[in-house]
Amino acid sequence: MSFVTVDNVFQSYGTRPILERVSVEVKEGEFISIVGASGCGKSTFLRLLLAQETPSRGEIRVAGQPPAREPGLDRGVVFQKYSVFPHMTVRENVVAGESLRRPWGRFFGKEKVEARKRADETLARIGLDHVADAYPATLSGGMQQRLAIGQALAARPRILLLDEPFGALDPGTRLSMHDFLQDLRRDTGMTVFMVTHDLSEGFKLGDRVLVFDKPRWDPHDPNAYGATITYDFDARNGGIPYQTIEEDTHVLRPA
Amino acid sequence: MRWINRRPGAALAAFLALVPFALALAAYMIGSDMRLAVNPSDKLLPAPSSIVDTALRLFTEPDRRSGRILLWHDTLASLQRLALGVGISAGLATAFGLLIGLLPHVRATLAGFVGVLSMIPPLAVLPILFIVFGLGELSKVVLIVIGILPFLIRDLSQRVLEIPREMIVKAETLGASTSVIALRVALPQLMPRLLQAVRLSLGPAWLFLIAAEAIASDQGLGYRIFLVRRYLAMDVILTYVAWITLLAVIMDLALRALSRRAFRWTETAL
Ligand SMILES: Nc1ncnc2c1ncn2[C@@H]1O[C@H](COP(=O)(O)OP(=O)(O)OP(=O)(O)O)[C@@H](O)[C@H]1O
Ligand SMILES: [Mg+2]
Repeated sequence: MSFVTVDNVFQSYGTRPILERVSVEVKEGEFISIVGASGCGKSTFLRLLLAQETPSRGEIRVAGQPPAREPGLDRGVVFQKYSVFPHMTVRENVVAGESLRRPWGRFFGKEKVEARKRADETLARIGLDHVADAYPATLSGGMQQRLAIGQALAARPRILLLDEPFGALDPGTRLSMHDFLQDLRRDTGMTVFMVTHDLSEGFKLGDRVLVFDKPRWDPHDPNAYGATITYDFDARNGGIPYQTIEEDTHVLRPA
Repeated sequence: MRWINRRPGAALAAFLALVPFALALAAYMIGSDMRLAVNPSDKLLPAPSSIVDTALRLFTEPDRRSGRILLWHDTLASLQRLALGVGISAGLATAFGLLIGLLPHVRATLAGFVGVLSMIPPLAVLPILFIVFGLGELSKVVLIVIGILPFLIRDLSQRVLEIPREMIVKAETLGASTSVIALRVALPQLMPRLLQAVRLSLGPAWLFLIAAEAIASDQGLGYRIFLVRRYLAMDVILTYVAWITLLAVIMDLALRALSRRAFRWTETAL
């Protein structure tokens, strides 16, 4: 059964089409990697999924609900930057994941103590307990992204949207972030959409890899047409679906 | 080595910073000496020693008629007006800055209006203020507010607009309502900028204060300066000017120290 249904979505800015005829169905708990050339509309697609923008045509439904009109609790997001609140300490950032929905955006009394305890558990889990009282500006890029993910998860969204979350990290930190994300996913079973420029990252983490590209191309006017999903790979088993090799050969196996 | 890459050491930098002050003082002393040599009763450029004498008298000796030390009295009156004017402006500007920066409907309604308001020369409406609010405290405070509020609103609403959209969207995905976004996300990030904007607007605030006091008042630093002008009491005027400058410098430094202390999170990565 389809959990996220994208039905014939078009998006244009002014007269310039960015996305056209985008349709895809995603099951609950799937991890979708999104790749494509720079500027082809991947972030735009995430903004549509987030309901930060409404498509000019078509609609996106989650769990059969009517299309959302603005971002809300069911969709969490981690951008490449600016995903944590600089004026809150690391712990306050995680607590904010639960408390911002309250009338004053805060917890009081006993609730506050409990929320802080839960936040400390989350921090221990994402390996940030030693900097709980520091401000994000003093953290490294990898730590900030971990915090952003921890904060988004504290709100318990059903869908997590990641826009090049590890784009600015060095390869070593990236690998540990992959482990971190895979662990989280195993535990929460969330539906994830992740935009990445790194194909191997997309195939390693994703169950499916969606490729955005322009199917039609006007050489006189490169902006005349929008992009759509041109490939939808099954990425389980490292992208070799139904080709699991039975006998012992010397073919290189995907990691 | 290029000049853009040469830097003075700490000692040289301190010395260089003092040079313009020393030069200005020396120029004044020479000018004063020259005039006093020609005419010992010259009032235009009194000798530094006589200014110091006057200053001591102004700061310590009570007025014969009222029995009060006028300088402290004037200072208190002026600072009260200044604090009220700047405080009210800062409060209003924070509220309007948040509303204009966050709510497209308010922005569409008010942005143009505030832009036009800020073009009105405040001193030109001073007579209207005196007519409407009388010659009392109110008109002086209102002049300061009118003088700096449009700038503060424009500056702060711009700052709110500069908060990365990603951060606001993130708060939305955590379930924050408009008011929670205003109070928990935008307002705290606006505070350091508010202090900065207030620092910038203190100069104009003093200007409007002294202008209002000069025209209609019976106490205050600006009033006193314009009063003693009639007697060409340069020593008194210079003492007051130096005192006002000192007050302004102290306020500026205090605001800077406050914003460093209160907003530790603005410090960048170590
Ligand atoms: N709000 C907007 N108004 C007008 N044009 C926009 C807007 N947002 C994005 N665009 C344009 O839409 C195109 C797609 O942008 P988008 O950010 O979705 O690309 P992307 O695939 O995420 O690229 P990248 O890999 O560089 O992040 C770009 O050419 C961009 O200039
Ligand atoms: Mg992008």
